[in-house]
Amino acid sequence: MSGTVTITVDGREIETREGRTILQACDEAGVWIPRLCAHPELSVYGSCRVCTCLVDGRAAAACVQPVRHGMVVESDSERVNELRRTIVELLFVEGNHFCMVCEKSGDCELQALAYRLGITHPRFAYMFPERPVDAGHPDLMLDHDRCVMCGRCVRAAAELDGKPELGFLGRGIHRRVGADGGAGLAGTALRGDDRVATICPTGALLRKRVGYRTPYGRRRFDHAPIGSAAAAGDGEER
Amino acid sequence: MPGNDRSVDTVVREVCAACGRDPTRMLDIVRGVQRRLGWVPEEAVDRIAAETGAPRAEVAGVVSFYAFFADRPQGRIVIRLCEDVIDKLHGAERVAEALVEELGVGFDETTPDGLFTLAWTPCIGMSDQAPAALVDDVVITRLSRDRARQMVRELRGHGDPHRLVRTWGDGNNAHPLVRAMVENNIRHAGPVVLDGFERGRALEHALRMSPIEVIREIKIARLRGRGGAGFPTGMKWEFTRAAPGERKVVICNADEGEPGTFKDRVILTERADLMLEGLTVAAYAIGADEGIVYLRGEYAYLLALLEDAIERRRRDGLLGRRILGRDGFDFDIRVQLGAGAYMCGEETGLIASCEGRRGDAKNRPPFPAQQGYLGRPTSVNNVETLCCAARIVERGAGWFAGFGTKDSTGTKLFSVSGDCRRPGVYELPFGTTLGELLERAGADDIGAVQVGGPSGRMVGRDALERRLSFEDLPTGGSVMVFDTSRDPLWIVDEFMRFFVEESCGFCTPCRVGNVVMHDAVRKVRAGQASAADVERLRALAGTVRTASRCGLGQTSPNPVLSSLDAFPERWRRELRPARRDDLLPTFDPRAALRAAELLAGRSSTVFPPGEEDAR
Ligand SMILES: Cc1cc2nc3c(=O)[nH]c(=O)nc-3n(C[C@H](O)[C@H](O)[C@H](O)COP(=O)(O)O)c2cc1C
Ligand code: SF4
Ligand code: SF4
Ligand code: FES
Ligand code: FES
Repeated sequence: MSGTVTITVDGREIETREGRTILQACDEAGVWIPRLCAHPELSVYGSCRVCTCLVDGRAAAACVQPVRHGMVVESDSERVNELRRTIVELLFVEGNHFCMVCEKSGDCELQALAYRLGITHPRFAYMFPERPVDAGHPDLMLDHDRCVMCGRCVRAAAELDGKPELGFLGRGIHRRVGADGGAGLAGTALRGDDRVATICPTGALLRKRVGYRTPYGRRRFDHAPIGSAAAAGDGEER
Repeated sequence: MPGNDRSVDTVVREVCAACGRDPTRMLDIVRGVQRRLGWVPEEAVDRIAAETGAPRAEVAGVVSFYAFFADRPQGRIVIRLCEDVIDKLHGAERVAEALVEELGVGFDETTPDGLFTLAWTPCIGMSDQAPAALVDDVVITRLSRDRARQMVRELRGHGDPHRLVRTWGDGNNAHPLVRAMVENNIRHAGPVVLDGFERGRALEHALRMSPIEVIREIKIARLRGRGGAGFPTGMKWEFTRAAPGERKVVICNADEGEPGTFKDRVILTERADLMLEGLTVAAYAIGADEGIVYLRGEYAYLLALLEDAIERRRRDGLLGRRILGRDGFDFDIRVQLGAGAYMCGEETGLIASCEGRRGDAKNRPPFPAQQGYLGRPTSVNNVETLCCAARIVERGAGWFAGFGTKDSTGTKLFSVSGDCRRPGVYELPFGTTLGELLERAGADDIGAVQVGGPSGRMVGRDALERRLSFEDLPTGGSVMVFDTSRDPLWIVDEFMRFFVEESCGFCTPCRVGNVVMHDAVRKVRAGQASAADVERLRALAGTVRTASRCGLGQTSPNPVLSSLDAFPERWRRELRPARRDDLLPTFDPRAALRAAELLAGRSSTVFPPGEEDAR
């Protein structure tokens, strides 16, 4: 699995190794591809589709698709970004995102993606779903209104904390994160200092009492758009 | 049959023990527990998790995924009325009214005496004898208002759905292990699948060849998958054979979930042995020791017949160890019953379901041929494909390729339903024109035809000359006819609702996009949309098709896109013209102001009443 392969991303040649996904290869080369569900500490997932690229002319998720020698990837083009814009808009209208009162604002990857992609308002009607908040745990809170079903929490709890106590319930638009089979976070062994507590890209799964330690204005995406650090070669952003 | 006389703990322990406490048998376990308790309470989820070692979150995830599993108490008898368009055009809505009246509860509700739960369910594979319903596992066809009422009254008396069936259908529908009122409606039996079959013949032929030669024969016959995608079967088998792995698996996809398709039902009823033989030939060719038939939960009434056929084959040395005396050829088959999920017809969802999990699609790569069921190289094949494979081995690739067209060899079973006099199954060579098929089916007044089910395409009369084949007009079997009185936009509306309900919800475009598309279609139908809305809808449909993770999302925009192609005028007729005042054409300022005017007790000065708004 260590053969060297070369792929071309938006006209730029990238040398990488067999077995890498397109996203990994691009991250290592300092080429940023938007993403939401992918996370370097977690297994491959492929749910959000924000990382969709055209690979040899066909759509594929960069976080799932392994590299192949000679592969030509189109990522930062208008038609691909338009696809991503639509996907991010769909995520906004599906939930209830009131950024102005959200403690994740400025540190939220969904919000930051919207800014980076130039979304000022969604073109689709909001669905305003009714989703109860799970605030029964002493150190954690799950606000389903802001969940984008990225499954990072499910994977982090199982893969990093060794506590497979989160999972998805329901199907289709009724899909939701279930803790302890639906009973709630309080019934799980998850703790405030587990990795899962800080893995959520949005303000859905939050650690209690730390939300405002970093004031608005000094947060991750307040000064430079998401993806800037990676593209500047400063390594992994997050 | 549920009785609450046993404690949850005992029931779960017994059911789990009967399934070897094996978490991969989770569907059977949950089904078994539900059969005994009537539903799956939280306590049972806890106990199942403890018995099988599966995380509680996963057990709850499974229970909540499948439509036939209940995480709330339900009636002792569950009536599921098929809500497919075909049933609706045969009066399912009137049957629904009668049921609601007779039961005194609405859909998704349970009668106060705890006897009945009423629910809608997508196509149960009986479109040729609609309106149809499932009463627990029992299929009731050709419902009318009166028959629906009568059915409920009877059930109140004896409580046994099986006793509702008084006359049996033709062929094996009358078999002691089936005893169903279902009719086969075989209108034309072709020479390949529905021809007579002698058990063991194909397998004997196969064993005279090497596995590689069997695969070569399938390739020479140019057999392509009948489940919808049309992938070359020989290639699929070759990949699976070549994939590294100690153990390999062959699966028969008998989920038949595409609305309007019912040909696999007929094959399973009348030619189960041919299918099982095809599966065994596949196992020989691939080097698989394990076979699974994934039978949709709606066809539970065929389970005993299928298991009996498997058992006979074991007795006759056609399954088990040393098949037909061949050293090293060990292969056995089990049936996995589904539980109400269209998604589980998609091969990765199907594999997940066989593993006892939610039917969410999996990522590709790795493809099932590389890593499928429990990580083993797996080949998933449709029921009809396996029948064709058995025939090819029995009668030769040249014979098979003599039927059909260059790129679509052999015959195809079409399931015709809707506005026609002879709905049913037609086995005809590929390349038959749509018009010829519909003429045979007695469709005299043709407005629109849905070819390939909701995930296929809607065409108009101008497509009658087109050939049913992979190269022209493909279909997994479903052909639904609508006469000129039916509204194409109503059909699109119904199909989009189907996709909204059946999306697994794993990926964003399919989970959310289908809801937004469905809303847009309804907005058009309500006369509240403009041309700009339709353009936005078209663009969104393109995105969902491109960016979805599996075939469900990649095809769910088809009703919108194909009807826009075939019936542009019909769409246009519903649209509101653009407004001269630059407001959104769908925005009615007068209506929007009404509540505020009432509250304020005076009228708006910007849009005074009486003045028609300036569109
Ligand atoms: C949402 C969805 C549902 C499907 N349902 C079925 C089905 O019920 N039966 C079937 O044979 N194939 C179904 N398929 C196609 C399968 O994924 C797969 O391609 C097929 O079983 C392969 O067998 P074949 O090559 O013999 O056609 C479905 C695909 C999708 C995307
Ligand atoms: S989760 Fe992100 S996008 Fe949603 S409200 Fe909070 S900051 Fe805004
Ligand atoms: S809670 Fe957060 S991490 Fe978990 S699925 Fe929702 S958005 Fe993703
Ligand atoms: S980041 Fe690739 S699908 Fe979510
Ligand atoms: S949920 Fe299946 S395609 Fe997205």
